[in-house]
Amino acid sequence: MPKIKIPKSSPSIDMTPMVDLAFLLVTFFMLSAKTRVADVVEVDTPYSVEDKEFPKNYVIVTVDKNGRKFFSMNSVELKTAVLADMQKQYKFQLTKHQMESYLKIPSIGCEIKNLPGYLDAKESDRNKYIGIGIPTDSTNNQLKSWIDYSNRRGLTVGKDMYDKDFEKNPEIQVSDYKPKFILKADNEALYLQAKDVIETFRDLELTNLNFVTSLQMKGEK
Amino acid sequence: MAQIDDSGGGGHDKKGKKRAKKSSTHVDMTPLVDLAFLLLTFFVLTSTFSDPKVMSLTYPAKPKPDDVIDPDKAKVNNAITFLLSKDKIYYYEGAFKKEPTDGMPATTLEETNFSADGVRKLLIEKNSFVLNKKAPLLRDLQAGKISDEKMKEELGKAKGNKEALKVLIKTNERATCRNFIDLIDELKINDIGVMAPVDLMKSEEDLINAKDK
Repeated sequence: MPKIKIPKSSPSIDMTPMVDLAFLLVTFFMLSAKTRVADVVEVDTPYSVEDKEFPKNYVIVTVDKNGRKFFSMNSVELKTAVLADMQKQYKFQLTKHQMESYLKIPSIGCEIKNLPGYLDAKESDRNKYIGIGIPTDSTNNQLKSWIDYSNRRGLTVGKDMYDKDFEKNPEIQVSDYKPKFILKADNEALYLQAKDVIETFRDLELTNLNFVTSLQMKGEK
Repeated sequence: MAQIDDSGGGGHDKKGKKRAKKSSTHVDMTPLVDLAFLLLTFFVLTSTFSDPKVMSLTYPAKPKPDDVIDPDKAKVNNAITFLLSKDKIYYYEGAFKKEPTDGMPATTLEETNFSADGVRKLLIEKNSFVLNKKAPLLRDLQAGKISDEKMKEELGKAKGNKEALKVLIKTNERATCRNFIDLIDELKINDIGVMAPVDLMKSEEDLINAKDK
């Protein structure tokens, strides 16, 4: 009598759909991820229910938890123009390499006299040059110069941006392209330290400020 | 499917013809799955979902030397002043009186907190004028009776009304930016139209210091 053979089923599972799914998810997260350049300082921003997006043309003053001030601008055109003005006022020169590094570094956080060193330094050594950040005291308010020049230049840079975008989409608003001033203060920074920056803005008659916050769902605390 | 059944195996089929031995075309996908999930984990962990947002706030302009202050306009009417210290929040209503004047007692500070029962409840109560106007507007908006612009316009009018609550914010040297933003956030939630961060007076600072101990 021949034995009845039970057909052996293979113990291996077909993984194709699983691979499909996994790669689909990988693709999704890869495409939705934004490359973010690491900033010179880490700042934890407070929460709020505000949901206004960042403007198109902006300048950020960062106050970290030790009260050091940093300055950054969002467009290369603005950075170049403002640097030229600063060089005229404070009479300093930068090498070609320092210029490149100036355009690459997201924010400036040192006195003008330390700027060449700050730009030359490697990322890990940069802390040495920061010191107290950009000085804001009334006798040597370098932050005021940065803000003042970026405000003036920001208007022309914003206008160029507007003209360029207007050809593509005539419905855009001019007001979106005016330079906006953003204050990015750390949770733990003393308000007094942020106030130095706010007073500087007010001295320049820039009273419309924006605070950076992370979105918090309503009712959550 | 990537797998092909080769259970027949061997070199003989039913008709006894010779055939070249078929090698399985099945590819082992386990390492591929490993890799895919590794990448997946990496992207899930590194991606941030919430973009930073901005909260706009208008500061009062610095007074010019030749400005004349109109005493009638400077008079605070239906105002509340918040005083911030480290993680603490105090308030008083109306104008600040160091000494008892006109039969009114000197100002004392009330303490509240950042929870829903604290400052939010207080603001809902004090700003009832605007919030009472807002409720029917919101109903009309949902019913489609009025447009978004109209709603904004009406709400703006209510916020600018003399009856609406005005808020002054003062901070001492221990208050953090988080305290400040938290308070501004609460004020915005409760539709406060006029809010102004102003400087702390010496006598107010003394009161806070006495309370903080």
